[in-house]
Amino acid sequence: MDFSLFPRDLFAEVERLQRQLQQAFEVSPSIRGLARGTFPALNVATTPQSAEVYAFAPGLDPASIEVQIERGVLSISGEREAALPREEERSSVHLNERFSGRFHRVISLTDDLDANEVRATYREGVLHVSIQRQQAAQPRRIQVN
Amino acid sequence: MANNDARIAREAQAAEQPALVPPVDVIEDTEGITLYADLPGVPKERLDVHIDGEVLVIDGEMGLEMPKEMEATHVEVSLPRYRRVFTLSRELDPLRMSAELRNGVLKVRIHKAEHARPRRIQVSG
Repeated sequence: MDFSLFPRDLFAEVERLQRQLQQAFEVSPSIRGLARGTFPALNVATTPQSAEVYAFAPGLDPASIEVQIERGVLSISGEREAALPREEERSSVHLNERFSGRFHRVISLTDDLDANEVRATYREGVLHVSIQRQQAAQPRRIQVN
Repeated sequence: MANNDARIAREAQAAEQPALVPPVDVIEDTEGITLYADLPGVPKERLDVHIDGEVLVIDGEMGLEMPKEMEATHVEVSLPRYRRVFTLSRELDPLRMSAELRNGVLKVRIHKAEHARPRRIQVSG
């Protein structure tokens, strides 16, 4: 019925269960409660061939997102406009929880990644950056004669 | 009737599943209420927005495509679902609701019932 989005080891599963229990007792568990003040939220994973970074950054124009790799550091930055009305309009704001303004997040990459083999796509508000490992670092099967 | 029971059962099951609470903005003007919710990763097909009595339900499941043999090293978004429920006030008209999903942001607009809108009263004399 319920499963991890990113399956991990046993300890991670225990941690997840604890967090879930904690969430059940909180009045208002929040996506921002897990990583307060950070936008976009990030998930990072690895495969034998690549590193995969998922940035949960809804409501952006893909052309305005800056993705850079410099000296082994991947940085994601940009700006998100507020949906709130201008002050002169006759309206009132009841809840204002969504992030607005400039954001900037960095992730340091491992040495075996190839900064020239990067693909970035933006779909349904999620930026997915896939960085290939250098050929030499990828697992290879050696033929035995 | 049976159909309705099935729906209620499904709804109860959905409410039990662990889900993230998406951040929202809610803005009211003279014509109605606008709600924005951040639902990154949710495609239109897996989003359910409906009004049940006086309750607005937002329920969405992520549809991320992920490579096989993936091992997570850092996780901030740990569940693949979002859910949030709001109680509406009576001046809102559930029949006049529109919803659109763009780049992971849901925008819901609910109009006020005719009688609840502000009216300017002419002062005579």
